[in-house]
Amino acid sequence: MSNTNPLLDVSGLTKHFPIKGGFPIKRTVGAVQAVDGLDFQVAEGESLGLVGESGCGKSTTGRLITRLLEPTGGKITYRGQDITHANRRQLAPIRSEIQMIFQDPYASLNPRQTVGKIVAGPMEINDINPAGGRENRVRELLEIVGLNPEHYNRFPHEFSGGQRQRIGVARALALEPKLIVADEPVSALDVSIQAQVVNLLQKVQRELGIAFVFIAHDLAIVRHFSQRVAVMYLGKIVEIADREDLYDNPRHPYTRALLSAVPEATVEAEPRERIRLVGDVPSPINPPSGCRFRTRCWKATEKCASEAPPLVQADGNKPGHLTACHYPEVRDAVPAPRLAKDPEAAA
Amino acid sequence: MTPPTPSAAAPLEVTDETEKKSITSDGSKGSESRSPGRLAWKRFKRDRTGVISAYVVIFFFVIGIAAPLIAKLYGKNPYTTYTTQHPELLNAFSYPAGPNGGMSSEFWFGIEPQLGRDVFTFLLYAIRNSLGIATAAALLTTVLGVVIGVTAGYLGGKTDYLVSRIIDILLSFPSTLFFIAFMPVVFGFFVAPDDNIPTSLRATALILVLSAFGWASIARLLRGQVLGLREREFVEAAKVTGASPMRVVFKELLPNLWTPIIIQSTLLLPAFVTAEAGLAFLGVGMIDPTPDWGVMIGRGAQFYTEDITFMLFPGISMVIFVLAFNLLGDSVRDALDPKSKR
Ligand SMILES: Nc1ncnc2c1ncn2[C@@H]1O[C@H](COP(=O)(O)OP(=O)(O)OP(=O)(O)O)[C@@H](O)[C@H]1O
Ligand code: SF4
Ligand SMILES: [Mg+2]
Repeated sequence: MSNTNPLLDVSGLTKHFPIKGGFPIKRTVGAVQAVDGLDFQVAEGESLGLVGESGCGKSTTGRLITRLLEPTGGKITYRGQDITHANRRQLAPIRSEIQMIFQDPYASLNPRQTVGKIVAGPMEINDINPAGGRENRVRELLEIVGLNPEHYNRFPHEFSGGQRQRIGVARALALEPKLIVADEPVSALDVSIQAQVVNLLQKVQRELGIAFVFIAHDLAIVRHFSQRVAVMYLGKIVEIADREDLYDNPRHPYTRALLSAVPEATVEAEPRERIRLVGDVPSPINPPSGCRFRTRCWKATEKCASEAPPLVQADGNKPGHLTACHYPEVRDAVPAPRLAKDPEAAA
Repeated sequence: MTPPTPSAAAPLEVTDETEKKSITSDGSKGSESRSPGRLAWKRFKRDRTGVISAYVVIFFFVIGIAAPLIAKLYGKNPYTTYTTQHPELLNAFSYPAGPNGGMSSEFWFGIEPQLGRDVFTFLLYAIRNSLGIATAAALLTTVLGVVIGVTAGYLGGKTDYLVSRIIDILLSFPSTLFFIAFMPVVFGFFVAPDDNIPTSLRATALILVLSAFGWASIARLLRGQVLGLREREFVEAAKVTGASPMRVVFKELLPNLWTPIIIQSTLLLPAFVTAEAGLAFLGVGMIDPTPDWGVMIGRGAQFYTEDITFMLFPGISMVIFVLAFNLLGDSVRDALDPKSKR
């Protein structure tokens, strides 16, 4: 699945935000290494989950793919076309094919535009005139996302968070995209509404065959949505695998820790030991040497500090399951003594 | 909301006449839609002070616009010295002979001491000229401020840095002092020192100088607003769909800037009215015989101990106007931004 005609091919993608400082003349004194060398592919119609803690560079990755940000390095190829540094004009032909759904349903809709205008905007910009007129198309889209088409003339403030997110979905669908980057599309919503919106996205993905890069900060939502999952930590992908592989056989300690926080899907499953990560994510301005996870890893050794583990297929992994760790976890093995172990679980 | 005309001049109608117009003209098609502008208009209508002030302000603008018509019906003009034909109107000391500054059915607001001009028409034209200059200056200032502020905020980087420093410098200027010292220089720019300065040139120069110093505060405010807005996700959403910078500015940003723009211009206009009058009073703005609030107050100051009536008309009318406009501005602000409780 992963290598047949990738829709999107990202290699070595890097984004460093320069930090300006100094007085009286400002100069670059450092860089936030928000994204540091990502490699992944998204096949047509596939949904890739991108998971990691807050601040690990997920949104930055999404914004790089949609070219809201200029990459510092690496390469983004969309359908064989290099779009790494394409400008607005060069991007125009494929603009309509890569769309985005945003995290905050309150900030992502212009409060001064009616729903009709918001959803019709993309068509206006790209000069698309669907048969039957734009207004009809908008009503159709509103219906697809489960909103009343009669609400065409309403303003965003007249809708709930979940409904607003549906409007965002309708806007993203307006251009009939091939790839949608969804940046934590449900994390700002009530838990009760999250499932509805995820179901909507799932329906959209299946019925319209749209590929997704689905960003989330925990593995629970992604599990239901993505065929493949990439786990990010401090600007790097630490593990990427097909969903079943990742959930059944997590090889990276960080993935394992994240998974231990996910509630069991079935009652019979024996409870996983809970691993609580201690400490905060280190600053991306000055990431740890070697393996970036080593400051919180219970297995860290000298080697981890001196040598960055490459993202490779570890022993016993299925093809396409890549892990960046010197000492991959082994299934069912009793973990080594854990500094980060949850005290309750130990008792 | 309908800001479809991509023109920076659009917000400016707002300072003119009344805020009413701009807000009602939102005219959203769907009757059931509650546009932000409509909601603001509803809130405004409930505000008694605001509505009364609006009527007062409209009244002044109507008077200003209709001044020639009213003067014609009334049968006098502000320039004729009526006492040359009727010397009996003034007493031996050149003060109005009649009581209350010579108020009568003939001269409603009395006659001017010494020169004997008609106070009523003089006041009409003073309102017309003063409001005209202040409004033009406020419009120009707003356009400049909006264009420069939005550009700096949107482009960021070096442009923003440069513009911000210029704004800092302008705002640190003692502008009143500068006007007094600099107005003659500006006039000298256009006219040889001994020539008479045409009235229109005086007015133009005044408008230009007031605007040149006024735009900085609006620009700074808008720059800040744009800096905040351009990071908002709806702007990114527009960019993802391929929106040009022009479209982002006019369709995404500007509609969200109406509120600060309207608020700033409602603050500007009364400030310019008083500033313009102040300059005229000091002799560096409009000068006699051009009817003007400041000119009139300046004239009145020459003989208020003997005849207070002449001073009262420009003084009181100006206070009423500025007060009403400020109250109106407050109400508009409350209506547009209900969360800000003063
Ligand atoms: N424009 C920017 N300038 C400087 N630093 C930035 C910028 N945008 C993001 N960063 C930094 O880059 C890092 C990654 O940010 P990013 O928003 O991608 O994280 P995230 O994984 O999306 O987190 P969250 O779950 O909180 O959304 C953070 O440390 C953030 O502070
Ligand atoms: S490389 Fe070392 S520090 Fe990094 S995750 Fe693996 S064991 Fe932990
Ligand atoms: Mg994010």
